[in-house]
Amino acid sequence: MNFMGLNWSKYSAPQAFYPLAGSMIPWFAAVATLAITVGLYIGLLVAPTDFQQGDSYRIIFVHVPAAWMSMFLYVIMAVWAGLGLGLKARLSFMMSQAIAPTGAMFTFLALLTGAMWGKPTWGSWWVWDARLTSELILLFQYAGVMLLRTSIDDLRRADRASGVFVLVGVVNVPIIYFSVRWWNTLHQGASVSMTAAPKMAAMMLTAMLLMTFGFWMYSIAVVLARARCVILEREQLPSWSKPSSMPEVAEAR
Amino acid sequence: MYWGSLSEFLAMGGYGLYVWTSFVVTALCMGWEVLALWRRRAAAVAENRGLL
Repeated sequence: MNFMGLNWSKYSAPQAFYPLAGSMIPWFAAVATLAITVGLYIGLLVAPTDFQQGDSYRIIFVHVPAAWMSMFLYVIMAVWAGLGLGLKARLSFMMSQAIAPTGAMFTFLALLTGAMWGKPTWGSWWVWDARLTSELILLFQYAGVMLLRTSIDDLRRADRASGVFVLVGVVNVPIIYFSVRWWNTLHQGASVSMTAAPKMAAMMLTAMLLMTFGFWMYSIAVVLARARCVILEREQLPSWSKPSSMPEVAEAR
Repeated sequence: MYWGSLSEFLAMGGYGLYVWTSFVVTALCMGWEVLALWRRRAAAVAENRGLL
């Protein structure tokens, strides 16, 4: 597989990917820090208040990026799981494994900041609305895949089982995304879409997109760092230095 | 700059509790994740010292 004069398939080996990931993390972390700093500055200090919601609307600058990342990371996790199942490449499963905790965290944050926004604007922390319920199910899916993985001792079986689980669950992502259109929800419709002009003031939109970009770069940095940990943990060999008995060797395998 | 004073900024037009909870919890989660990864990496490296 040659593209841009590089042999990319070489990086499907964890040993080759490990140093590459290590050299990329500081760049993504730096860009994330910059984007989030500027986004927070514009969103909290420069942008004017909303004429309907007052300053409670500022929650949008963490709520929407977290919610987008929760769905986006699930799709990327499913793509890696699909690649792993199709190509039998263990690095793909490692990437899928490395994404889950960050995706779960952003799903939790989307729900929490949503509750913080719901209380002052709707008068309730939580409603069983299609958008909120499907996002809660996404949190259970992330929890489920992490639990499933840890409950199976054999790594290859754990990879395949959690890969299938992730792939089946991907149907929920379009349900979350289109829930505000398919059902009559309390949650508002999309403010930003590919086809229509954004329904937001330019400065608010700038801050929101900067925060989203920052969260995205943060996710890449964190997932690469976790993938490196996973490689170290999974690729370790039974130590030769300590005297080992036969059952110990068998267990290490 | 939109705000006239620091107290106005912290009050967030009466929505301070909701706005600051959202931002602070998000920051804490992300900070905690980075710290946890740092420690996980240190443990994994210590475990593999002979191999790296």
